[in-house]
Amino acid sequence: MLSSTSLTIGYHQPLASGLNLQLRPAEMVCLIGPNGAGKSTLLRTLAGMQPPLKGSVKLGEADLHTLPALELAKQLAVVLTGRVEAGNLSAYALVTLGRHPYTDWRGKLTPRDEEAVQHAMRLTGCDVLASRPIHELSDGERQRVMIARGLAQEPKILLLDEPTAFLDLPRRVELLQLLKRLSRETNCAILLSTHDLDLALRIADKLWLLSSQGELHIGIPEELALNGSLARIFRSEGIEFDHASGAFKVHQPVCGPISLHGDKDGVALAWTWRALERIGYEVHNNGVRRPIHVDVLDAGHWQLTTPKGQSKHVTLESLITALPATCNLQPIT
Amino acid sequence: MPTPFPKLGLRPWIVILLIAILALAFILSLTLGSVHIPPEQVLRILTGGEPDKASWADVIFKFRLPKAVTAMLVGAALSVAGLQMQTLFRNPLADPFILGVSSGASLGVALVVLGTGAGGASAFITGLNVFGDLSLAVAASLGAGSVLGAVLIVSRRVQNTITLLILGLMFGYLTNAIVSLLIYFSQPERVQAFSLWAAGSFGGVTWNQMRVFSPVVLSGLFISYVMIKPLNALLLGDDYARSLGLNVRRARFWIILSASLLAGVSTAFCGPVWFVGVAVPHVARSLLNTADHRALLPASMLMGASFALVADVIAQSPGSQFVLPLNVIMSLFGVPIILWVILRQKQLRQSFAS
Repeated sequence: MLSSTSLTIGYHQPLASGLNLQLRPAEMVCLIGPNGAGKSTLLRTLAGMQPPLKGSVKLGEADLHTLPALELAKQLAVVLTGRVEAGNLSAYALVTLGRHPYTDWRGKLTPRDEEAVQHAMRLTGCDVLASRPIHELSDGERQRVMIARGLAQEPKILLLDEPTAFLDLPRRVELLQLLKRLSRETNCAILLSTHDLDLALRIADKLWLLSSQGELHIGIPEELALNGSLARIFRSEGIEFDHASGAFKVHQPVCGPISLHGDKDGVALAWTWRALERIGYEVHNNGVRRPIHVDVLDAGHWQLTTPKGQSKHVTLESLITALPATCNLQPIT
Repeated sequence: MPTPFPKLGLRPWIVILLIAILALAFILSLTLGSVHIPPEQVLRILTGGEPDKASWADVIFKFRLPKAVTAMLVGAALSVAGLQMQTLFRNPLADPFILGVSSGASLGVALVVLGTGAGGASAFITGLNVFGDLSLAVAASLGAGSVLGAVLIVSRRVQNTITLLILGLMFGYLTNAIVSLLIYFSQPERVQAFSLWAAGSFGGVTWNQMRVFSPVVLSGLFISYVMIKPLNALLLGDDYARSLGLNVRRARFWIILSASLLAGVSTAFCGPVWFVGVAVPHVARSLLNTADHRALLPASMLMGASFALVADVIAQSPGSQFVLPLNVIMSLFGVPIILWVILRQKQLRQSFAS
C-alpha cells in the first residue's frame, strides 16, 4: 500500500539511498537503528513532510509527495516524537482535531465524526480520559491520546516517531502491544521507530534495520537475528548482539572463563549465568570443565570448584563472594 | 447512560452571560461621563424618544454613542488579534502589534505630527493635511498598511513561523528608533501632540470615519471566524497541522491578514491601545479553561469589547472634566484584575508549548 522504489532520503547529503520499502495493511513494522542513522528522516519522508532526494514514495497508485495535503491526511496519520503541549485542551477535544481533514470550514463535527473520534478513543482505551485536560495526563496516557488522534483520521497508515521514548518499561510493553492490536483491529499499517530492540524483536511483524552507513535490512525479526544482520549492524556501533539469547551483551568478559553446569531448563541456571557474566566471567556451558567450575544443584544449592578446593553455597551472593578475589586468574591448561 | 465525552465549544449560558455583561457596560458608558444621564433617559434617547433635556440627545449621539461603538469594536478587534497571534506564535506574550503593525502606524503618525518642516517628509505631509482631521488616521493607516503588506509578502516566503516573529520584532525596533529620532529633533508641543495620540483614545472617531473604521474591523473579525478551524489545528504545532492536511502557509497568511487588519485599523483611529490584546485572551483561557478557539474566539471578542467599554468609562472619570489617558487606565486597573484571574488558575504554563 505504501511503497517506495530506489528512494534516497536526507536533507542535503543523502543519509540512505536505494530504499525499496513496502508497508502492508495490518502490519506492524519497527524501524530500528542507531542514533543519527536517519530514522526520523525516513519517517518524515514517508509521511510526506520532507521531499525525497531521489526516487518516490507511492501511496497505492499515487505519488505521496504530490498528493493534496487533505487527501494525504485522510490516508496517513503521524505521531511525532516529543511531548505534545497543546494548552488546556481536553483529551476529547484533542482527538477531535484528527477529524480536521473531514469536517467543513467551521470544523463542525457530524455524528459520523463524533462516532469516529469515540471509536478511536475506545480502541486505545482513552475513552475514560475524555474530559481530562491534556496537561494532567501521564506520558503514557498522553501518548495513547495522540495515537487516538491519529486513528481518528481513519488512516490506512500510521507512522510513529519514537512513541516509547518517554515511557517506563511497563508502559513501553503496553504501548507496543496496543499498536500491534490496533494494526490487527483497524487493518492499518503501522510503522514506528524505536530504540527498544528487545521489545521490537518480540512484538514487531517486521523489522526495518537502518545502519549508520545507510543500509536498510528488512525482514521478520527472527530472520534478521539468525542471518546475522542484527549482530553486524550493532557490532559497528560497538555493541555485541548475542544470537543465542537474542539480546545485547552488556558485559565484556574480563575475568577469564568459568564453566557452569546445571539443569538446562532451570531458571536457577539462567540467573546464575547472568550473575557470573555480570561480575565479568566468560561463561561456558558446553560440558568441558574449566579450572573454576560451578554446579547448580537442586533448588537453591550451588557447588563451587576452584583449584583451591570445593565449597557449597545456599545463596547466589555467597557463591559470588567465594569466587577468587582477583578475577584476572589465569586459566590453567 | 451519560456519555463520558464532553461537549465542545461555548456553552449557551456563557454566551448569554457575556452578552449581558456587554450590554450592561454599553448602557453604563452612555450613562456616565462629564454629565450624568440616567439610564432610563439613555434608553429613551436610543429608542427615538424625547429626553428631559434636549442637549442630552446631542451628547449621546454626537459623542458617547460613537465612542462606545468604537470602544467595543477596538476591544473586540484587539482581543481577537491578540488571541490569533498568541496561537500562531505559540507564545503567551504575543500581542496584536507583534508583527510591527502599530510601529508602522506610529511611524506614519510621527512623520505627520513631528516631521512637519523636517526636510524631505514635509511635502508628503502638506499633501496629507488636505484631509484635515483625517490626516492622522490616514497617516497611521498608510504606515500600518505598508508594514502589513511587507509582513504578508514575507510570510508567504518564510517557512518558519519564528523567523517571522523575529523579523516583526526587528522591524518594531527599527521604527521605534526612527520615531525616537524624530522626537529628539522636534518642538516640545509637537512631541506632546504625538504622545497624546500614543496614549490612545476611543473619542476621536466621528460617524463619518466610522464608515471606514467599522467595515474594516468587521471584515477582520469575519476572517478570524473563518480561521477558527486552522487555529485549532495549529495548537499542536506546524508539523501536526500539516499532517492534518492544513496548508500552514495559507492559513498563516489569512491569520496575519486578519490580525493585522484589526490591529492596524484600531491603531490608526485610536492610537496604540496596549494591554487588551495580551490580557483578554488569557482571561478567556483561564475562565473558560480551554484552548479551543471555537470557545475562545467569541469569548475573547465579547470580553474585549466589555473590557474596553469599562476602561473608557473609568478614563472619562465620571462627574469631572478630566479625561485620563486610556492606556494608563487600562494598565492601572486592568493589571490587578487580570493578574488575579490568571494566578487563580495554575495552568498558564501548560497553555503553551515551548
